[in-house]
Amino acid sequence: MSRVLVAMSGGVDSSVAAARLHAEGHEVIGVWMRLHGVADAYSERSRSCCSLDAADDARRVAGQIGIPFYMLDLEREFDAAVIAPFLAAYAGGETPSPCVDCNTLVKFGVLLGRARLAYDCDAVATGHYARVVDAEPATSRHGDGATTARRSLLRGTDPAKDQSYFLYGLGQEQLRHTLFPLGAMRKDEVRALARDHGLATAHKPESQELCFAPGGDYRAVVRERDASSVGGPIVDADGAVVGAHSGIAGFTVGQRGGLGVALGSPRYVSRIDPATNTIVLGRREDLETRTVAIRDASWVAGEPPADEFRAAAQVRHGAAPVPATIRHEGRHAAGNATWTVTTDVPVWAAAPGQACVLYDSDVVLGGGRIARA
Amino acid sequence: MLRDTVYLDHAATTPLRAEVLDVMLPHLRDGWGNPSSAHARGRAARAALDDAHERIATCLGATAREIVLTSGGTESINLAVKGGAWAGSARGHRLVISAVEHHAVEGSARHLERHGFDVAVVGVDRDGRVDPDAVAAAVTDRTALVSVMAANNEVGTVQPIAAIAERVHRHRGVLFHADAVQAAPWLPLDVEALGVDLLSIAGHKLGGPRGVGALYIRRGTHIVAQQHGGSQERHRRAGTEDVAGAVGLATALELAVREMGTAVPRVAGLRDRLVASVTGPGVTVTGHRTDRLPHIASFVVADAEGGTITTILDLEGLACSTGSACATGSAEVSHVLTAMGYPEAEARGAVRLSVGRATTDADVDRAIALLPPAIERARAAHAASAGPDGTATDAAPRPAALP
Repeated sequence: MSRVLVAMSGGVDSSVAAARLHAEGHEVIGVWMRLHGVADAYSERSRSCCSLDAADDARRVAGQIGIPFYMLDLEREFDAAVIAPFLAAYAGGETPSPCVDCNTLVKFGVLLGRARLAYDCDAVATGHYARVVDAEPATSRHGDGATTARRSLLRGTDPAKDQSYFLYGLGQEQLRHTLFPLGAMRKDEVRALARDHGLATAHKPESQELCFAPGGDYRAVVRERDASSVGGPIVDADGAVVGAHSGIAGFTVGQRGGLGVALGSPRYVSRIDPATNTIVLGRREDLETRTVAIRDASWVAGEPPADEFRAAAQVRHGAAPVPATIRHEGRHAAGNATWTVTTDVPVWAAAPGQACVLYDSDVVLGGGRIARA
Repeated sequence: MLRDTVYLDHAATTPLRAEVLDVMLPHLRDGWGNPSSAHARGRAARAALDDAHERIATCLGATAREIVLTSGGTESINLAVKGGAWAGSARGHRLVISAVEHHAVEGSARHLERHGFDVAVVGVDRDGRVDPDAVAAAVTDRTALVSVMAANNEVGTVQPIAAIAERVHRHRGVLFHADAVQAAPWLPLDVEALGVDLLSIAGHKLGGPRGVGALYIRRGTHIVAQQHGGSQERHRRAGTEDVAGAVGLATALELAVREMGTAVPRVAGLRDRLVASVTGPGVTVTGHRTDRLPHIASFVVADAEGGTITTILDLEGLACSTGSACATGSAEVSHVLTAMGYPEAEARGAVRLSVGRATTDADVDRAIALLPPAIERARAAHAASAGPDGTATDAAPRPAALP
């Protein structure tokens, strides 16, 4: 038994995570993080995990379980760690990965730090569908002689719910203090458990949208925070201007709808060029590639398996992992190691800024952000 | 579990006194008649209600007909500020409030602002005191109502209500309301001595029940009802009355007045021990040094979040607060401390401990033992997640970087 801080969103998953840990005898503390101003309103419509309704749901569940519950204001931290990079990515013609940043820097960054330093907790738990297990063999990676087992990060066992893609940025120090109580459960089992416990969130619908973009309108977030976007051309693969956009922010490689152009065959965003403020379209096959460069690499084990190794590469949440060879390409001036992922078969619409996550079967090796070609 | 906790948040609410519960129970069990009913059961309820009005009035130096019973402090304040403002609107649409008012006053004023009133906000000094002459300067012949709290709920500073009332009433017909919700059990509240036209109190701050409050309305003062229906409370507050609550409030208020002479020095002594224990480098006591409520120890801790300290203390079984209960979880800094001139980074370290009549020396001993390590832990967490300017760094730290 240990003292565990559970990040409760007000959804069914984190509710069950808290209930399970409590039932296992842990001393559980529930917290709801206030991450942005969107959270200061009640809504009859929004299913965002971060409205005040969600906070009320989390508090209700904590009361049902019988655990302490607190609201933590991490707005400034979230702004610096998630929103600012989100805006910067769009401004640079990339597709941001806010959920990765939130996990790495907020939930298992600021929150874990506060849990350990302030609240004397041994771990932070969330309702993520991913698993943390002791790696074999249990060897020490520390010079202090401590026999701390290496931890591995694995996909959640429910393939439909696996969220390991968003967690590749976690390292050993974080995993030693991380619990994912739902990692080996299926969603229907989670719901059943919520019903068994009589939790108020048992029948709550899924929330998929970005928590800080109510109604899923992330372009509104960009407009509100960054008024600098200006319109520019949309060009076809041959350079012919086929339309106009009102700002590159919000466009994503692979996007088909919302372009306002009608050509003979389907067109997709194949490239976003911030230098010329241009959206470049292509046919479906134009978006296929076998080489993906990644930057800001992060390794779950603390170091890469080798300078060249085989792994399964996944370029998007929900995308099929593809066998690949990963090769170290040296360092940039900033000391930022870059890697090249060469896939055995083409991947489609690898969007700069999104995560490319590398797996060995179910084990997350690490990953990085897809770099501009 | 809750039995073992030390409760030092009496400014938020107080335990219901056993004597109060005892006198309330018969009215809940047997005295459930409607005071407006003409039959015997109704008359019995009415008699108890009338009796409660008289006892509350006596405690305030008022008469029974000057007391309107409400559902609590917030309703009393809303009725006073909105009802008084609308009644005085023939004079003009101007309100004057202080910068440290409770949200019930501030929110009522802002509501009126959206309906055409001008709201003048009078600032306070570093101790949280309102200068009566500053109020005088803000009041014009167009002013309908002035509202200044008798004592502040976050830092405990007592306002010079009688002096302010004198300034306000230099303008004939301007109504003066004092929010005495936090002050009620600790300060003598004689409405004649204070010179107020309207005064709000709440049951649960003084050992009475939640859900009942009272508004004193000086004889001859017209206010516009904010709740419509029956003719209860002399047409000033419609709705079937809560007789048990009224009896509870009257009893609690009587006890508080009777015990004030002994309770105030005892509670102040406990408060002083708490203040002495935390005072030191990096901890600043907030509020006026002497003109303050006896039960509130409020301070700001440098390089720490007050919310982190109170959470750590709660996990250790000590209940206290950052100063203002906030339902949204937003760590918006206290408007009171901001008005007193504390910069945001300092105001974030606010902690309020408030003792009560049942607080023991042992309770205070436990708090004194728990506070230093809690402050130390909160500072360590703050140092790990904040940059040199006290705000979040661009790259939020990973726990791996922590000691």
